[in-house]
This record gives sequence, structure tokens and C-alpha cells, in this order.
Amino acid sequence: MSNEEPKLKRDYLDVTGGWLHGLREWIDARFPMSSTWKKHVAEYYAPKNFNFWYFFGSIALLILVNQILTGIFLAMNYQPSAAGAFASVEYIMRDVNWGWLLRYMHSVGASLFFVVVYLHMFRGVMYGSFKKPRELIWILGVLIYVALMAEAFMGYLLPWGQMSYWGANVILSLFGAIPGIGNTIETWIKGDFGVSGITLNRFFALHVVAVPLVILGLVLFHLIALHEVGSNNPDGVEIKKHKDPATGIPLDGIPFHPYYTMKDICGVIVFIAIFSAIIFFAPGMHGLFLEPSNFEPANPLKTPPDIHPLWYFGPYYAILRSIPNKDLGALALLVAIVILFFLPWLDRNPVKSIRYRGPLYRWVLVLFAVTFLVLGYIGMQLATLFWAEIGQRLSELYFLFFVAAWVYSRSRSRVFLVSTFVVVMLIISLLDWMSWVPSIAHLKMWSWLIPFGYCVIFLLWPAAMPRLMQPKPVPERVRTKARHGTQAGVTAE
Amino acid sequence: MKNIIVFALLLALVPLAARAQDEGVKLQAANVDVSNTASLQRGAKFFVNYCMGCHSAQYVRYNRVGQDLGLSDPQLESYLMFGGGKVTDTMMSAMPQADAVKWFGVAPPDLSLESRIRGDDWIYTYLKSFYLDPKSATGVNNTVFPRVAMPDVLWELQGTQRAVFTTVRNPDGSSYQVFDHFEQVTPGKMTPAEFDKAARDITSFLAYMGDPVKLTSLTLGLRVIGFLVVFFIIAYLLKREIWKKVH
Repeated sequence: MSNEEPKLKRDYLDVTGGWLHGLREWIDARFPMSSTWKKHVAEYYAPKNFNFWYFFGSIALLILVNQILTGIFLAMNYQPSAAGAFASVEYIMRDVNWGWLLRYMHSVGASLFFVVVYLHMFRGVMYGSFKKPRELIWILGVLIYVALMAEAFMGYLLPWGQMSYWGANVILSLFGAIPGIGNTIETWIKGDFGVSGITLNRFFALHVVAVPLVILGLVLFHLIALHEVGSNNPDGVEIKKHKDPATGIPLDGIPFHPYYTMKDICGVIVFIAIFSAIIFFAPGMHGLFLEPSNFEPANPLKTPPDIHPLWYFGPYYAILRSIPNKDLGALALLVAIVILFFLPWLDRNPVKSIRYRGPLYRWVLVLFAVTFLVLGYIGMQLATLFWAEIGQRLSELYFLFFVAAWVYSRSRSRVFLVSTFVVVMLIISLLDWMSWVPSIAHLKMWSWLIPFGYCVIFLLWPAAMPRLMQPKPVPERVRTKARHGTQAGVTAE
Repeated sequence: MKNIIVFALLLALVPLAARAQDEGVKLQAANVDVSNTASLQRGAKFFVNYCMGCHSAQYVRYNRVGQDLGLSDPQLESYLMFGGGKVTDTMMSAMPQADAVKWFGVAPPDLSLESRIRGDDWIYTYLKSFYLDPKSATGVNNTVFPRVAMPDVLWELQGTQRAVFTTVRNPDGSSYQVFDHFEQVTPGKMTPAEFDKAARDITSFLAYMGDPVKLTSLTLGLRVIGFLVVFFIIAYLLKREIWKKVH
């Protein structure tokens, strides 16, 4: 056993005394406790140049724990029935000791979970963390995201308010868009011909047992896959390429513990401060996290004037509504989510980090983030002609990002860029022609300039100036503040 | 760092942009202050006297109101509970729902969460916006909630008022009426300023009922964040010490 090899450094567990050391050895002989701790924490070597964006993975894990713990206590007092659900939530808010805090921690936590996950995903795209050899980490991540959407959607029905009820009605009716068997599937999911107490009961079961188990399993796989290939970093260079020949430890790697555990604790405190500020000062976030109409009990006979999902589904809801045909809208919504899985095979540019990508890719990514935010805003508005039209154009830009990411995978010829431009604009114009309504012809022609301008800048311009797509030289090793100026070990791409 | 700032700014735009747009009559700012206990006590008294004849607050218990508003059980019984019952009861109206439907055509909604559904400004403006309308069954109408079934229960305090509309012509020759202002017809027991204060007191009490923890969550939140600031300083110093070795 381990007694045979000489101990080089004192273990911190030894400090507390002999019996704890003995206990550890007893466990280690029966369960890989110390080796697991070493593999995943104490001797997991992470790049030393992590920045602000790398806080969100551990914060997401913290929120997951928060949701599970507060969820357990909420479930102790909640009644999953059409007659009792709404009142039991108010019972939690008013009569259960600290019930209001549990409920706000859970509801605000749900919204912040999405904030953090969106930032975490954006980080992954920005620094190319989805690229080889991390494609599976990305796919597992998108699966977590999809499971999280299901979890949030089902959880939102449980308070049994007006928006819970009608939102679930709208979203579940999307399953009716599946050709042929759609209506059967819709009824099967609801367990009834409309959303009812039966739907509420099964959503409760799925929300507290089934989906959390799936999420926990996926998170475990996500982390195992990450620790197998190692973390990416803001420079997008592989730290495993340069190892200390004596120890085999990456030269630019530092042990996750104590360096990143300590750094993450600082990030987590800041996050909890923001979390607390919302919980204590504005738990409803002015109607964004808790919608006003959801304080009215579900009433199947009274349709609210405006039905929309919570903010985190806003972008997809805007994409759904941007197409006047419900079946095609549901298809666009599905494609908008499924396309995320294919990102590693769309963007094949060997340069990972945005720091060294060409200037156009930087702008296309910033515009993608802006598009997503504005779509989210549109998803929360009444579907007026104007917003529907802008929503349609921005939905086009949402998908055009993936076209651009594919085009920028390597240097392209002029002919390729121009013909891509022509094909994209032909498809967009064809869609316009198919959905042509004379009464909004003026608006449509004006808004056509949005995708046209986008394609001119991102597809035609690089045909004239190829260097806009040209990546910068990628350094051989990660840059830190100390090494920033010298550009040591820069190689030509 | 520059990127972070740009991103933070973009994120900051979202809640700003997502603020609900209300159409119709411009709402007046209620400016309620739930930490003003005297105002909440007056609001509670108005509520049980003028609102609870028809409306319940089925999730609100008398003794919780007593605790939060500094009223003892005997005070609750003599000032707020006219129908007897226990202080642990919830605030239920004595009017049977079935009768209410017969009389008003609709059951009066429960008011426990009204402030969270409509907002404080809506309630405040609504209470002040009843006007004489001979076409209505109750003799009054409301600019904030047109054709509302509720009678003007506060008329005795406010007096009666008339709404003055202006006519707006569309380019195609049709026209529609837009509310302009109110004119007092008969005076009430209160001056307009006193009535504004009463309406604000009622709104405050409804705001309190919508989220009773508002009274304590503000100070608790400041303490929690204060602790986190101290914790952050210590954690950050430790982090800096540990990270000294990394170059």
C-alpha cells in the first residue's frame, strides 16, 4: 500500500491528527476517495489564465444545488393538485417559517440558472471550447440545457397561476404540430384533452424526480468528459502540449485546488450577493422573474390578453411567432435549438479563441449575442405587426450566425463567398415572396435590408478584403499578465 | 475587461426593455411606503370598513397583520374584526359568493394578491377614478377599469365627480373619446388631499398584503449583503496570497 513509497509532502489531513489519517486509509482501501479527490480537484491541472468568464461553470453547479435543496423543502409544503396548488404556494409564502425565502430562492434561482448557463455557453462559443477534442463536452452541455428547459417549463406550471396554465397550454400545443400523430402525442403528454390537474400532477412528478435525475447524470458526464480532456482557456491553446518532462504536469497548468477553488469562492460570493439583492429587494424582478398575471389562480375560462413564457424562453418564442404558420414556426423553434448540437461541425476553424479569430468573426459573434437578447425582448412583447416583422428578420440573423460560422471555418475563395451570398439572399427573398402580404409590403421591403446588410458585411465584404477573415497568429503557450507584453513563443498560423 | 463591460451593459438593457407597456389611462404614482406602520394601520382600517364587505383576503391572517402592524390581539378584535371569529382566521368577507354573482354579475376578486397582479399605481389610480355615469347599473364608471361592476364604495369620502372627455378626430372622419380630467360634482367628507392620502393608505395595505415579507426583507437583505462584503474581502485577500506563486 501507500506506506511503501516515501511521503514527500505533509498532507493537510495529517495536521488534524492521527485518527483522521487512519480513517482515510481505511476508506481508501475500500473506496477511491483520495484518488478521486486528487484526479478531479487537487491534481486536476487547469490553465492558469482563466478569466471572468470561467466563473459560470462552478456557479451553475452551485445553483443546481440551491434548486435541489430549496426544492426539497418546497415539496414538503406544496400540494400538486388543481384545487390546492395555488393556495399551497401562498401557504408557503405566508404561513411556513422562512417559506418565502425558500420560494424566492427557488424562483429567482431558476431565472439566474438561465442567466449563468447562457453566459457559460457564450464563453464556450467565444473561446472555442466546443471544438476538438471537446465536442462531447459541448453536446452534453447542450443536453443539460435542453433538460433544464424542460425542468423550468414543468416547474413553471406548478404555482398554477394564469400564466402557468396558459403558457403550458401554448407550449404543449406545439406538440400538436407533429404531422400525423401530433394530437395524440399532445393528449398523451397532457394526460387530458386540455391542461388540467392531471397534467399538473405528472409535471410535479417529472419536475421533482425524473428531470433532476437526468440533469444530475448529465452534469456528472459533462464533468467527467471535461476532466478527461482538460479545460480550454481564453487563449484557446492546449496546455497539455507543453509538460514538465520530470513531472508530466502541464507547464501552464495549476492545480484546481487550492487555486481555482479559492478563486471560485470569490466569484461565488459576488454571485450570492447579486442573488441576495434580487431575492430581498426585487424578487419578482419587475415582472420578469415572477409575472404579475401568475398571482391570479389558473382559470380555464379566462384567457389572459397576452400569453408569453418567462424571459429565458423569449428568444425561442420570438422565433416561433416569427413564422405565421404554426407548424413551420414549431419546426423553426426546434431547429434553433437542435442546431446548437452541430456547432462543433459547423465552425471547423482550427483557431479556437475569439482573441485570434479574424475581425469579422468577432463581430458576427457579438451580433449573435445582441440578436439573441433582442429576440428575447420581442418574445415578451405583444405580437404586433412591427415586432412580428423584426422578429422574423432577427430569427433569420440567428440562423445566419451558423452559416457565417461555417463559412469562416477556413479561408474561402471569392467565388465561394459571392455564391454563398447569392444563395442566402435568394432563400430569404423566396421566404418573403411566399409570405407576401400586400398590406405590410412597405415594412417587409424596409426590413429586408436587415439580412441584406448582414450578408453584405459578413459574406461580400471579405470577398473584397480577405484579411477580414484572416486569423491572427496564435501563441504557443497561454498568455498571462507577466508574459503579456513579450509575446513569447508566438508561431505563425 | 472591455468585453465584460459591453456585455454587462447589454444585459442591463434586458430588464429595462422588458418592462410592461400599459395602454390606456396614465396611472398616477402611488408612492407607497410599506415601512410606514401608521399608514398601514389606517389602510387596514379602511380595508375592513370599505372593502371587506365584498372582498376577501383569503391568504391573510388577522394575527399576522397584527404582528406586522404592531396591533395586539384585543386591538385586532375591536378595530379590525367585526364578525367575531378567531385572530388566527384569514380575512374572509361575510358576503356569500353566490349572492355576489347574483348582485354584481361577477364574484368580487380576492384581494390578497391584487397589488402583485395590478401593481400599486393601478390600485391607487383606480380608487380615485370613479365618475358618475348614468348609463351604468351602479351609477358610476371608472376610467382605469371601464364598465367595472364594482360600485363606488368610497363616494362618501371622496364625494362624486364627473369625467370630462375630449374628442379626437381620425383622418378618415371618425372620432373617439379620450379621458381628459375629472370635475368635482358634490364634495365628500374629505378634502381631495385627504382623500389622496386615504387612497394611498389603502394601496399601502394592499401592497403589504401582496408581499408581507417586504417589511423585513429589506433590512435582512442589507445584513446578508453586508456579511457577504466582509466575507469577500477576507476571501479575496486569501486568494491573492495563494495566487502569489502563480506567474
